[in-house]
Amino acid sequence: MDLLYDTLFNGLAIGSVLVLAALGLAVVFGLMGVINMAHGELMMLGAYTTYVVQNLFKNGPLEGLFPIYILVAIPLAFLVSGLAGLLLEKTVIRRLYGRPLETLLATWGVSLILQQFVRSVSSAFVVGLVVAVALGLVAPRLWPSSWAQRRWTPLLAVATWLFSGLIGIILASGLGGIRVLDQPWFSARNLDVTAPLWLRGSVDFGGVNMPTARLFIVALTAIALVAVHCFLQKSVWGIRIRAVTQNRSMSDCLGIPTETVDALTFLVGSGLAGVAGVAVTLLGSVGPNLGGNYIVDCFMVVVLGGVGKLLGTVVAALGIGVLSYVIGSGSLLLLWPAMPAGLNELITFFATTSMAKVLVFALIVLFLQFRPAGLFPQKGRLVEA
Amino acid sequence: MTTPPQGEANRLLSVRGLNVYYGESHILRNVDLSIAPGQMACLIGLNGVGKTTLLKSIIGLVPQRSGCIELAGSDCGGLAPHRRARAGIGYVPQGREIIPQLSVRENLLLGLEALPGGMGRHRHIDPLVFELFPVLEKFLARRGGDLSGGQQQQLAIARALLGKPRLLLLDEPTEGIQPSVVLDIQRAVSRIIRETGISVLLVEHHASFVRQSDCYYAMQKGGIVASGATADLSSEMIQRFLSV
Repeated sequence: MDLLYDTLFNGLAIGSVLVLAALGLAVVFGLMGVINMAHGELMMLGAYTTYVVQNLFKNGPLEGLFPIYILVAIPLAFLVSGLAGLLLEKTVIRRLYGRPLETLLATWGVSLILQQFVRSVSSAFVVGLVVAVALGLVAPRLWPSSWAQRRWTPLLAVATWLFSGLIGIILASGLGGIRVLDQPWFSARNLDVTAPLWLRGSVDFGGVNMPTARLFIVALTAIALVAVHCFLQKSVWGIRIRAVTQNRSMSDCLGIPTETVDALTFLVGSGLAGVAGVAVTLLGSVGPNLGGNYIVDCFMVVVLGGVGKLLGTVVAALGIGVLSYVIGSGSLLLLWPAMPAGLNELITFFATTSMAKVLVFALIVLFLQFRPAGLFPQKGRLVEA
Repeated sequence: MTTPPQGEANRLLSVRGLNVYYGESHILRNVDLSIAPGQMACLIGLNGVGKTTLLKSIIGLVPQRSGCIELAGSDCGGLAPHRRARAGIGYVPQGREIIPQLSVRENLLLGLEALPGGMGRHRHIDPLVFELFPVLEKFLARRGGDLSGGQQQQLAIARALLGKPRLLLLDEPTEGIQPSVVLDIQRAVSRIIRETGISVLLVEHHASFVRQSDCYYAMQKGGIVASGATADLSSEMIQRFLSV
């Protein structure tokens, strides 16, 4: 019996990480229909934010507060990833609504840029970037107003941005000669985040050993779920978001500022990815490729659950988590010792993490053949409206 | 009964020289139209002459190529639909466009978005809408998408009314609805105009509903070809412009 509980708890813990990782995507992809391939990288930003906060609390005046640094990292990661998502929405995605293939390609490009950004970022790089962006934004305001409607105005805007970029590159290269400014902040290697002492132990529940880090993730997931549910169902902005995602043009005609709603939805979805990033630092090291490990799983969870249904996301994530663990850990063989020989060999073949993933994904693909709309499809007379 | 107003000062809505294109197709051709405060105007014409496009361009869903749309003397031609809604234009589209997964109550609350501060400041649903459409109060918790066509139409009108518009655009509100509900809707629209004093621009194919309006504009091939007091609308004209 203990083995069953142990298996279920571990499956639940894996599923909780998936729920948390996929929750933001359920908002961005499920509600807005935006295929954001950079979702994993927004998680990565949340993980790096946790690393930075941990370093701030490791030494110096905040050292005494180290045990609670993770509680500070959660809202900060939400903010950092949320703002990065907001920037992404305002600069790239806003121009690509209703064009899923272009969105997929563009956000994949952004994911590569973000990965390279954390590998290369240094003080000199940041100074160059800030100067280039500031120059690009300020320069057009200095033009005479008579230039605003000329035929060559768009060309001038492009030239201004190219010139601003060049200035930024020259500045960053110049500052790169100063060793302290050229030092990469993170580099390409993986970094370890040290969990506070209270998250490093385990709790014994009737003979079942539960690591506190995993319990913390389960609790964080539950809180995030309740918060998202209340936000979407009870708040004014939640009603606006649900209205815009179901019927954009009619919502606009009713007086809802749809562009603001889009931006807020993306901020919330991206912020949730940041919170998921905090959670995954408790399970492993932080690196530029961290997001790539989760993105396919996240999309699988949202599609399996039924696009646009939060409950579906939860059930699908927990189902995938438990199934992956039960198959991958070989627990099934221990739970059912008298298994027929043929089945025993088959289960043994899939009893590794990677092979279990192959089997689970194959089962999902098979399932979607029969229920293409997922576990909880949208219902109602006007679903297509 | 009144004729279309002529004086500039007496116009709530004024459309002048409006041209609208879908791609390279010229849909609305130099449309001129005006509505006085408290007046009910009816747009009539065969299917495909541009009535719905005209309503969509007034609310801002379809961009105009040229011309002018003024609400109470202010040019609103360059405004986004949500700004026009806040300026006082209520819109009940063809096909209702209820938000299907939201409850009836949430759909009604969306109507308050056109008021200053939107739902954030206003959470009170005016009892008038329940007097006009009692069925909505009964089904407040039901999903909008689960209502019948007639109930959805009532919900769409109630939702538009809650934004306290100065001008209500009604696009075929009785289309595909059972006769008893059609009468309810006609009575409700008459009462709305009488009690709230708002103006209505109606697109309609039911002759009895058209007869309730003060004035008419007849459309053909994207342009206004006739207008005047509805009382002067002859049977021949009705036959010509209201046949589907």
